[in-house]
Amino acid sequence: MLDTKKSTNMTKTGLTLGPVLFNWSPDRLRDFYARIADEADVDRVHLGEVVCGKRQPFTDGVWPELIERLQAAGKQVVLSTLALPYNPRERNAVIDFCKAGELAEINDLTALPTVAGKPFLVGPFVNVYNEGAARFLAGRGATGICLPVELPIASVAVIAAALPEVEFELFAFGRLPLALSGRCYHARLHGLHKDGCQFVCDRDPDGLPVDTLDGQRFLAINGIQTLSSGVEAFCPTPEDLAKLGVRRLRLSPHTVDMVAVSRLYRALLDGRASRTETLAALKALDLPGELVDGFTRGQPGSARVEMA
Amino acid sequence: MSLELVCPAGTPSALRAAVEAGAHSVYCGFRDETNARNFPGLNFSPDELVEGVRFAHAHGTKVLVAINTFAKAGAMDAWKAALANAEKAGADAVILADLAVLDHAATHHPNLRLHLSVQAAAATPEAIAFYADTFGVKRIVMPRVLSVEEIAKLNAAINVETEAFVFGGLCPMTEGRCSLSSYATGKSPNLTGVCSPPEHVAYTEDKNGTATRLNGFTIDRFGAGEQAGYPTLCKGRFVAGGKTFYLFEDPVSLNAASLIAALAKAGVTALKIEGRQRGKGYVAEVVRTFRAAVEAIDAGGTEVEVGRLLSGLVEGGRQTSGAYKKTWR
Repeated sequence: MLDTKKSTNMTKTGLTLGPVLFNWSPDRLRDFYARIADEADVDRVHLGEVVCGKRQPFTDGVWPELIERLQAAGKQVVLSTLALPYNPRERNAVIDFCKAGELAEINDLTALPTVAGKPFLVGPFVNVYNEGAARFLAGRGATGICLPVELPIASVAVIAAALPEVEFELFAFGRLPLALSGRCYHARLHGLHKDGCQFVCDRDPDGLPVDTLDGQRFLAINGIQTLSSGVEAFCPTPEDLAKLGVRRLRLSPHTVDMVAVSRLYRALLDGRASRTETLAALKALDLPGELVDGFTRGQPGSARVEMA
Repeated sequence: MSLELVCPAGTPSALRAAVEAGAHSVYCGFRDETNARNFPGLNFSPDELVEGVRFAHAHGTKVLVAINTFAKAGAMDAWKAALANAEKAGADAVILADLAVLDHAATHHPNLRLHLSVQAAAATPEAIAFYADTFGVKRIVMPRVLSVEEIAKLNAAINVETEAFVFGGLCPMTEGRCSLSSYATGKSPNLTGVCSPPEHVAYTEDKNGTATRLNGFTIDRFGAGEQAGYPTLCKGRFVAGGKTFYLFEDPVSLNAASLIAALAKAGVTALKIEGRQRGKGYVAEVVRTFRAAVEAIDAGGTEVEVGRLLSGLVEGGRQTSGAYKKTWR
């Protein structure tokens, strides 16, 4: 037991590239992941469409070659399932993904009966708010859990302490996925319905900004999903993470140079760069919004990063 | 099989009003963070629930207790106490969402009937079968993403009862999957049982009228003389893609009254009326009207007849049938 704990502490913090949340074309995805494979400092890469089942037919064909490409580059590949499946095609897609032979991340309990008994991961769209829920999923085979973005940091520490055998992960970089709906807001904005959406969400590869009537940058829409306008930038020291019991951070893909982002986080987690240096370097990138980190400080999620 | 009408009881007096107006079932919660309507002045103490159940049962009405938030890490005692108090009071079922609370209920309260809250967002036969097989859940309150046609197909594929919202407030977001409120205020339905909490609301007057704000974020503006609505985040007006409009949802409420017969045909067991924050007068009127409509449908009444019964409720605020019609999406 002691030995396991010791080796756990010595393992370096994992860095995950989460699934692309936006409607990127197959060509864009190929280019993006080719560069990730060759240059990004992440050890795990999630593939799959998690937001909208209507986008799946466009990207289904691209995943097999990307799995191969990323694995050849030494990355662990995880297939992330749809967060809100409801029609038969979407449900089948979830089950097929879980049976594809790669490690699966479930984003809805639709997938649970298929993955139960095998090792699997739990994504941030599954409601794990306490150690009881985490223990329940671990009992079914969950080896890693990326906790919900709004979960207070105090709860993170309690959950991680209760289940040292599970690898807990936090959403560290990117616009925060805040809500899902049956309704497509891109379609609504363009005077369309979801069934005839013309895939207009592909015009906004980082989401479409939603401002308040007083010009405050507030949210972003991505089809049926609503994200924050602010870009989460949780930049803990290695000691902070050890204290929390968190062993992995997630970077969520945007059009900004994700290779650069991955390198900044790797340096931070390896103790080669300070929090302030990392935040300053992130801020210098071409980001879609202000840096925020309120959820990781017990504040509203929209609270801006304090640089000092 | 007659449709069961499940009615809101935010307070003991609303419970009595709903029971007397003909509710088949009422639902309510304890006065703490264990239920998703944790607003000041609402809900029940354990003793009030005992009395409420006694009153309801004396009139042949069932009581369903919502314990439908997600338990706080390291502090599950309030949720455990809520389950124990619901059982002790003689509740006919509890409405749950959290895996930990479901697991505890199934293990420690095997005689308590379990319903799955809309907050659990179970929309597929696979997810529903999981909750039924694992915890013995007997009824699913359906997420508001399904059309009537999809509900019919879902009911054909599952072995548990379904309950559908038909009237009242409407979340355009999938409930249980929304952190918009905590992004703006730090408090949310999943975390604390509140959305767009009143302590973060401000009405600010200036020369252009009134701005309604939520923790500093402008949710809507109203001209002088216009009545300023409550700034529920997803019902606000925003600027997106060069347009200024109600991006997520217009300030409408749900009214699926015209679809009651279709929902019955789709295999739905129970119809749910939202509104635990409403006063007893409102509750009594809505319940009485829906009860008459349900009975008219049972008696083979026509859609016109049912529509006439419900027409009194559609005055005033604007309404939508939500996701039940595919064009809403």
